[in-house]
Amino acid sequence: MIEVLDSGPLTTVQDRGRPGLAHLGVPPSGAADPRAYELGSRLVGNRPGAASLESTLGGPKLRFLADGVVALTGAEHWPAFEVAPGDILDVEPYARGARVYLSVRGGIDVEPVLGSRSTDLMSGLGPPVVRPGDVLRVGDEVAGAPEPLSAGPLPAEPALRVVAGPRADWFAPQALASLTSQAWRMSTSSNRIGIRLEGEPLEWARSEELRSEGLVTGALQVPPNGQPILLGPDHPTTGGYPVLAVVCSDDLWLMGQLRPGDRVRFASG
Amino acid sequence: MSVSVRRAGDRALLLELASNDDAVRVARRARAELASVVEVVPGHETVLLVFDSEPRAADAVALAEAALADEQAPPEPVEIELVVTYGGPDLAEVAQLVSLSPEEVVARHCAATYTAGFLGFTPGFAYLLGLDERLHVPRRAEPRTRVPGGTVAIAGVYSGVYPRESPGGWRLLGRTDAELFDASREQPALLAAGDRVRFVAR
Repeated sequence: MIEVLDSGPLTTVQDRGRPGLAHLGVPPSGAADPRAYELGSRLVGNRPGAASLESTLGGPKLRFLADGVVALTGAEHWPAFEVAPGDILDVEPYARGARVYLSVRGGIDVEPVLGSRSTDLMSGLGPPVVRPGDVLRVGDEVAGAPEPLSAGPLPAEPALRVVAGPRADWFAPQALASLTSQAWRMSTSSNRIGIRLEGEPLEWARSEELRSEGLVTGALQVPPNGQPILLGPDHPTTGGYPVLAVVCSDDLWLMGQLRPGDRVRFASG
Repeated sequence: MSVSVRRAGDRALLLELASNDDAVRVARRARAELASVVEVVPGHETVLLVFDSEPRAADAVALAEAALADEQAPPEPVEIELVVTYGGPDLAEVAQLVSLSPEEVVARHCAATYTAGFLGFTPGFAYLLGLDERLHVPRRAEPRTRVPGGTVAIAGVYSGVYPRESPGGWRLLGRTDAELFDASREQPALLAAGDRVRFVAR
């Protein structure tokens, strides 16, 4: 068992999310930085899909109530280490990156909803956000021995590769060049649902409304004000703002490590 | 017969179709037959296909064309009746906007048979097509921060029911007790794309 002393700005339980249910309006959800989450899970020898804690911009502070094996990945990287009852782990604020995954051998044991333990901030599915005073159970989702793996550093000003479309023709001809030639700034009003970007507006070439269509994580949706919203894991499954371009699957993890104020670039995939 | 295909990143394709009926047919076929597809998401006149590897556009187009050319009668649509207590906070305003009495608005809202075109916005929220043209009204200029679960609403060409409390900019006509979404049910969403829906005034 793990007692939560402080949950920082936002800590949630996350796993691989709820893929396959978008036609019911259920967002994919799951870890915002799937690469760091998967790495953490392997570092402690968990079964694929076991749940970890995802903290945002600092925290959590935890007290362990039993022996365990823990790893931190993402903005902080600590390969597996042992903890004993009474040990306190405090993830202090860090300068680069936005999310830390705390993986514990056996996984965080909360009731799965639609096959996942992920908290979905948009739909409210899954467990509530982690609060100080919560006591979290540790599960038994162990696969094998912890794996000693390392992680590369986080880039200072990441360039996310994008594929144009599906609605590039909805925009003025120079919009794609404008997307890839400027450094965008991540707004403070960003979350797991979407990252709001600020910069030179991307101009629509059409004025009618687009009929709602399916959306993917990493889509750059552009409302009429021209300021793009990069869709995160808890995004609504359909929407009516045109999507200029979509971040390549190999670069989606970088989105999870963007912090408000960060500069981000896009490059043609 | 028309299908066009657009890329939606390196793992997804967006098929554009001529109608919502076509989108529902293609989505049904894709779910049953398309290998390595992770998500099949109907839109108003589109189907989004998400794969776990590089998608093959030619396969997706061939599947869509086969679905549209299929002359077998589609399965009988599921029909669902939703009992509504009208008198919602925007009923009078809608009546005024379309120059009808509130009773006439209710009568027209109940007279139509709707098709669940696609889902989105929140789990279990179906965009219902088939709203009487006289009742096409724009969304509210100021969305509400809290619309209660079970609220029956209209906006633009759509009608819909809010499955749970959420923000919303649609015009609120009434309430239903139906559970539009329940994660613990075998079929969590009451409505699926292609279902027929009727509203019955209590």
